[in-house]
Amino acid sequence: MSMLEIRDLSVTFGGLHALKNLNFHVDEGEIVSVIGPNGAGKTTFFNMISGMITPTTGDIVFEGESLLGLDPSQVTERGIARTFQNVRLFANMTILENVMVAQHCRTDQRVFGALFQTKSFKSEEEAIRNYGEEVLSFFGSRLVGYRLDQPASVLSYANRRRLEVARAMATRPRLLLLDEPVAGMNPRESAELTALIGRLRSEWGFTVVMIEHDMSVVRDVSDRVVVLDHGETIAQGSYDQVANDPKVIEAYLGRPVGSDVAAEEEAP
Amino acid sequence: MTATSDNLSMLEAPGINWRRQIRFALVGGLSSAFIALAGMPVGLDGRNIIRPILSMGYLALLWVPFVFASLAGSVVILEGMTERERDAKDLAAGALVGLGSSSGLILLMILIQNFNLRDPLVNWSPQLLNLLSFDRSIGLGMLLWLILGTTLGLLGGAMHVVPGKVRSRILAVALAVFAVSVLETFLTDLLEGFGLEVLTDFVYYKRGGLEVLGAVVVAALTLMIPLMVGSKIKDIKTRVVEMPNEERRRVNLLLLTVCAALMLVLPFFLGKITNELLANVGLFVLLALGLNIVVGLAGILDLGYVAFFAVGGYTTAVLTSPNSPGFSPELPWPVALIVVVVLTGIVGLFIGAPVIRMRGDYLAIVTLGFGEIIRLLFLSDWLSGWFGGAQGITNIPGVDVGIGTVKGTDPRSVFLLVLVFCAIAIYVSWRLEHSRLGRAWMAIREDEDVAEAMGVNTTNTKLMAFVVGAVLASFSGAIFSAKVGSIFPTSFLMLVSIIILVVVIVGGMGNIVGVIVGALVLIGVLGGPKQPGLLQEFSQFKLLIYGALLVWMMLKRPEGLVPNVRRTRELHQEEFLQDAWLKGEIDTDDHEDSP
Repeated sequence: MSMLEIRDLSVTFGGLHALKNLNFHVDEGEIVSVIGPNGAGKTTFFNMISGMITPTTGDIVFEGESLLGLDPSQVTERGIARTFQNVRLFANMTILENVMVAQHCRTDQRVFGALFQTKSFKSEEEAIRNYGEEVLSFFGSRLVGYRLDQPASVLSYANRRRLEVARAMATRPRLLLLDEPVAGMNPRESAELTALIGRLRSEWGFTVVMIEHDMSVVRDVSDRVVVLDHGETIAQGSYDQVANDPKVIEAYLGRPVGSDVAAEEEAP
Repeated sequence: MTATSDNLSMLEAPGINWRRQIRFALVGGLSSAFIALAGMPVGLDGRNIIRPILSMGYLALLWVPFVFASLAGSVVILEGMTERERDAKDLAAGALVGLGSSSGLILLMILIQNFNLRDPLVNWSPQLLNLLSFDRSIGLGMLLWLILGTTLGLLGGAMHVVPGKVRSRILAVALAVFAVSVLETFLTDLLEGFGLEVLTDFVYYKRGGLEVLGAVVVAALTLMIPLMVGSKIKDIKTRVVEMPNEERRRVNLLLLTVCAALMLVLPFFLGKITNELLANVGLFVLLALGLNIVVGLAGILDLGYVAFFAVGGYTTAVLTSPNSPGFSPELPWPVALIVVVVLTGIVGLFIGAPVIRMRGDYLAIVTLGFGEIIRLLFLSDWLSGWFGGAQGITNIPGVDVGIGTVKGTDPRSVFLLVLVFCAIAIYVSWRLEHSRLGRAWMAIREDEDVAEAMGVNTTNTKLMAFVVGAVLASFSGAIFSAKVGSIFPTSFLMLVSIIILVVVIVGGMGNIVGVIVGALVLIGVLGGPKQPGLLQEFSQFKLLIYGALLVWMMLKRPEGLVPNVRRTRELHQEEFLQDAWLKGEIDTDDHEDSP
């Protein structure tokens, strides 16, 4: 059975259908890319999985259990973590604190432990710290060392993106939702992150769903590509299949004036 | 990262902006007139700063030309600019601003003499005119103001002409003389405790204020002390900073212990008035520490915080007083305290549950409402069978602690009790800030949606902040009710919430030391909602000064007196990033190799 299965999902904002009868599934260990032109509903789709928006109809099933009606924090607790398209770090907390706070739902010390500095509190703090550093060191030396205690706001754009991923990883998810992880990075940086996304699966065992506009990244890492347009799935399959699908080309480039689909099929 | 100032051409800061000077002169004139009409000169004239030269009343007017002239002359030096050479023109500009400020008063004098507006303006009085004309003829008074204003303005302008070191010395001296004069009650009391009345008798005039000679001595000491010990202190500081972590921690611990010991011994050397004052400050420190968790850490703007103070106070009263109308178990205070803490925590949950689903302005308004609801419940006839309505609950016994009783008539014992609870509150704040819960609070303050998406259960976490804040306030309420011995709904006006919030903001949100400093400065010096501070004469202008201080702080120093590093970053993000960029702390990053 699929790890995440989405059935007939629709959401409307007033009269606008942001998503229409979407069916989608991810198998364990897959890397799936979701692509589509701007306004296709990709981020809405992520918001829905992570519980920030409630769908109008349909069901989201993760590992056999429905996620409908859960708060975002509960979804995270179930094992789905996400990053944000417009980097939203806790900018004034240090880099280490950013990944420490993300382990909130995996830890359980409360007021009592903190006040009396119990043994379990101390060992848990130690564990949170260590795991945070471990996650950060996945990105090489960039986020560790003297950086640990610097506020996240001093990081460069690419490093902020990396920290976003690290923070999502720190929640110990099984499914990682990456919203445009390489947006704004230069080609070398995005190539590097592409390699890291592959390692996320091989070394950390995460299943990854990724929204991305950078087609070279999509081509390099995804097992499967799903194309959304106007809230509907218009194509899915391997990168090559999708890339040559006339509907996809139409969605991205538009239909030439005065031509129909048949005419366009001849064009390339 | 190589773009530093040397490859930019050095620009000189622009010359004097005369329009700005004139604007400041006008605002100065209006401010002077406003202060005079607010009644500050007359109301504060009784208090000497330096006898017989300067009273607080005159000081309330005299600072205007000086400060405005110096503000008008200050220029923001941007990166790559050099400071302009200051010259006589700056002095002239200062004099102009000073003249403008004092001409507001001169105009006021003319108006008071010729028209009677006493009806709307209470302070439009012959006393004010007398005071403004220095008890001499009006013409002479006007002339004097002209001279004084211009001179002070000139001096204000001169602040920019003299080198920075001299400027800071002058300011230090002025501040020291003022502080010693304001702290008179406290210092006299303290030195009396150590049997050193000789010193205070020498410095202070019998009926308040410094003697001229005393002021000179204080000024001289302020100039001398930094010369003698300044470098040594710096040495010690660098030595401590350079110490290895382990050793530094030990030094810090030692310092902390010494401070704690001093605080515990202090009450025994202080007189009644000072102990009383410090006990009041302590009660507000407790409240402010609690609110600091809610507002400073979790970022929930609670304007009805007084509700928890009230619940703490009333519960204690009901449980301990024999006069409690409805239910009177007459429990001993420590037992009652446990009930109080539990009950206030529950009230925190009940008020918090509906409130925390809201955000921002809505939340603030709803908390404001709940604060009032709680007070009105205690005032209502409906519950007067339990809480006594407007009559309140009287005859609340003191706290029996074995060796003695803590009660209002013995401020020293109250202060000691407050100290113990402050220590507990500080410990709680400190530990929670550096725990899983504290991190979650900060994350919520930074970005609530993201915190939720990162697995923080924001509802529970925010509720927890409410409850911890409520419990700390209930400590304060419990002590308050044992200290005063009676409790009325009028002690829990909305104003109390606002004042606690001002203490937290002025002191420095999210910072324990800041909150304590804020309480000392505001409650200790100016006074609380009903408690007199060191400047008792100020009580009628307290709110005016609170408001002015709050506005000024928000504009110039939103991070508070003792800033929390993180909050400062939040409030000055752009400047901070710019600085970090200049220092090379922001990485451009593209030069590293992939791992």
